[in-house]
Amino acid sequence: MDLHITGGEPTEDERAAVDALLGPPESGWEGGARNIAQDGRTAAGGHSVTGERHLLLPAFHAVQDRVGSVSRGAMNYICRRLSVPPAEAWGVLTFYHLLATAPRPAAVAHVCDDIACRLHGAEQLCRDLEARLGPPLTGGSPAAAHDTHGGGARAGSSASASMGWQRSPCLGQCDAGSAALITRAGAMPERFVLAPAADASAIVEALAGATAPPASRTVGAIGTPRLLARAGKVNPASLDSYREYGGYRALARAIEIGAEGVIAEVTASKLLGRGGAAFPTGRKWDAVRRQPATPHYVVCNADESEPGTFKDRVLMEQDPFAVVEAMTICGLATGAAQGFIYIRGEYPLAEARIGSAIAEAREAGLLGADIMGSGQTFDVEIRRGGGAYICGEETALFNSIEGKRGEPRSKPPFPAEVGVFGKPTVANNVETLVNVLDIVLEGGEAWARTGTTASTGTRLFCLSGHIARPGLYEVPFGATLREMIELAGGVPGGRGVKAVLLGGAAGGFVGPEHLDLSLTFEGARAAGATLGSGVIMVYDETADLGDSLHRIAEFFRHESCGQCVPCRVGTQRQLELLPALSAPSAPSASSAPSASSAASAASVFGELSVAMKDASICGLGQTASGAIESALNLGLIERPVKGGE
Amino acid sequence: MNDAIWFRLPPAPSSVPHRPPTAEAPSVSATIDGRAVEAPAGATILDACRDAGIDVPTLCYLETLTPVNACRVCVVEVEGARVLAPACSRKLEPGMVIRTRSPRVDLSRKLVLELLASSVDLSTAPTLVPMMREYQADPGRFAKAVGSGLSSASSAAPSVSVASVLQPAKVDNDLYMRDYSKCVLCYKCVEACGTDAQHTFAIAAAGRGFDAHISTEFDVVLPESACVYCGNCIAVCPTGALMAKHEYDLRQAGEWKPEAQSVTDTTCPYCGVGCTLTVHVQDQRIVKVTSPLESEVTHGNLCVKGRFGFEYVNKTG
Repeated sequence: MDLHITGGEPTEDERAAVDALLGPPESGWEGGARNIAQDGRTAAGGHSVTGERHLLLPAFHAVQDRVGSVSRGAMNYICRRLSVPPAEAWGVLTFYHLLATAPRPAAVAHVCDDIACRLHGAEQLCRDLEARLGPPLTGGSPAAAHDTHGGGARAGSSASASMGWQRSPCLGQCDAGSAALITRAGAMPERFVLAPAADASAIVEALAGATAPPASRTVGAIGTPRLLARAGKVNPASLDSYREYGGYRALARAIEIGAEGVIAEVTASKLLGRGGAAFPTGRKWDAVRRQPATPHYVVCNADESEPGTFKDRVLMEQDPFAVVEAMTICGLATGAAQGFIYIRGEYPLAEARIGSAIAEAREAGLLGADIMGSGQTFDVEIRRGGGAYICGEETALFNSIEGKRGEPRSKPPFPAEVGVFGKPTVANNVETLVNVLDIVLEGGEAWARTGTTASTGTRLFCLSGHIARPGLYEVPFGATLREMIELAGGVPGGRGVKAVLLGGAAGGFVGPEHLDLSLTFEGARAAGATLGSGVIMVYDETADLGDSLHRIAEFFRHESCGQCVPCRVGTQRQLELLPALSAPSAPSASSAPSASSAASAASVFGELSVAMKDASICGLGQTASGAIESALNLGLIERPVKGGE
Repeated sequence: MNDAIWFRLPPAPSSVPHRPPTAEAPSVSATIDGRAVEAPAGATILDACRDAGIDVPTLCYLETLTPVNACRVCVVEVEGARVLAPACSRKLEPGMVIRTRSPRVDLSRKLVLELLASSVDLSTAPTLVPMMREYQADPGRFAKAVGSGLSSASSAAPSVSVASVLQPAKVDNDLYMRDYSKCVLCYKCVEACGTDAQHTFAIAAAGRGFDAHISTEFDVVLPESACVYCGNCIAVCPTGALMAKHEYDLRQAGEWKPEAQSVTDTTCPYCGVGCTLTVHVQDQRIVKVTSPLESEVTHGNLCVKGRFGFEYVNKTG
């Protein structure tokens, strides 16, 4: 590709960071030193060069980790190395909110101000931080994003300061009550999560280099845990320890019964996907296996970004080998030799543990060529997300892996036919995959005896909000909402439940009258709710739901990819309409007209909500109005009296 | 003199020679608005609708570009589907039952037009005016609804307006300007600049959500970018966000008079390719050059010379 590149060369640090990932450049064409004698009569290009675009996001991460932001010179160098046009690279760079495009302090705290942390004083924490460190850096904050139009994300405070902070959407630490992701750029970059982030001082100390011991988190179960059987017991850094707890028996069994056998068991188990869409896993695997096009790919979706969700993080952090083993079984069953696990950038510990598990498994011959003497090949590569909720949508995730903007694709064609790199792909959530281990070991039918007829197995629920023991709980399908809340110690202070957010921001609220709701796919559907990613966020009777709804609207406005009109403009209008929706409904003498105009706001919102559901490209736009709509329906924000027209 | 066989003229062909036979494309039958339709396999719902004379509005769709199905104006209802389908990219499947004007379809189209009209300056997008009328779209509805909420909260209501993409026009070269106040983010210019026509890749979508926009790298001015000024992005822009500087200047001066323009097709004199040029003349001066979309040579595309190299004709003396 004939690239037109102007304006700046990389610094030595930037060049070194990219070269550490990609190796030294082969010629002047790829940004190396010019050597006319060597480069003058050769043609650089072809698939070997353009086929490396999938390394674009990893290269941006490498530079960001080293110097804290991606400069024009660094981007130019990456473009030369990967043969990507600078305008397209810029489009990708500005898509991910963890990536900065202007110089900023080396140490940055990304402070969660999302719905769960807000219930525990995130706003106060942000105010305290602002008093200590000055205004937030822009780029990650929904509020600050408003003024970045046309200029991309620019840093707010000066780069000469040694530390800065910015607001962040949910960091998946909702069981800790408050959280901050700390990133420190440098030759030895550091990325870790401070959770709980007790106060502003703790964050400033962490930015200055203090390390905090990881806090223990609550993990519980009704009955015998399956998914969490090893969590907290097994040493996540040791393959031997994993084997002691029964690890890699499932892979051995899978090789014994063969691909057809594995798919038969998974189909018999009636396992439904745990990422939110509840698609039958066996059907998905079978469809990919049958595809004539090659190669096939396995993608493990670990971009868990739904506010209130942290189940996949716990699995990856506590039991990383189980995830790798399950992916391997999936690869053997679907005829794939390459797997990707796409982990959100806010999960450094999960990424590190999965990374070391992959390395150790490879060392032991459990990944790579001829796995366990089966003659089959499978390997796994980690991809780190850049801070984009939308990349949890599978086709957006494929685009992100390919080095493109994380914009969802139109379906059909479905991933089983046209997935990552245009090839048949099985994309599964972390929790879904880990279920496969027991299914293979016990047999699908035996496994399916847990749970209900339509919702088999156990389910992980992430309890947070106004609850005594927030944490991750595993229960057989069929437990009620009330049982879950009691399992987690109930609402503190004996207060009543005002509402429960089920399924995360993309889910919806249910009222206290739904506490006996059976937590199954069919039970939730019957109640007009969704289990989604397993979020149960409890709001007690004193909670300010208006604040949460506003944050949810802000969240979707911030996370929409911007591709289609109903979602791009609709999420903005939804945020703007929200104050009008919650206008006082009990009209005093003088405000009668305002009640009717609020009713008209409600009718506009109603139509907007239908259009977003009907006409958006992907699930983000289709679910973005769900939580607000459910709150309106439950009367949680006073619904205006239908008046006027 | 004996006629040598090779002197004999072949019989006059009775018709234009046929293409060599190819495998007959299987056809797909479906029902659109209660009518049975047939279309070749691989046809989109939009293709089938247009063949059947059924009008489906489009905005981000263009025959010469890969459908991106981003605007969602062309959505139709497919029986049994959970959500509406974009007619421009969704393939027609056997047995589909499609409704192009159901209440659901009309509501979504109306909302899409209202969302656009409330956030974008559509003053130079004439095709959208009849569309807005057809679907009874009210561009001011969101501002009214949002304003009503605020005014009820306090009696001294500040004048509120909803967020828009309004911004100063970018005029950074002599050939064309970019007014992103008018951009509906249809991606057509990006496609024309990229793999669908020019392979220059000077512009791409950047940012995210409501802040998504079309941009060069680091938002540099066009002369610093990869732009080769072919103007093929102008040719596909549906809203006048991208416009030749010449036309922009005339409009600014109030001297742009489409009704007083004559349009003549001719052939570009610059090189041997022979591109069809459509020359727009006003007051005996060339004011714009385009190329017909249906031209087999250009598909509407030109190069910098064909599109912008007409000033010498206007020079006198």
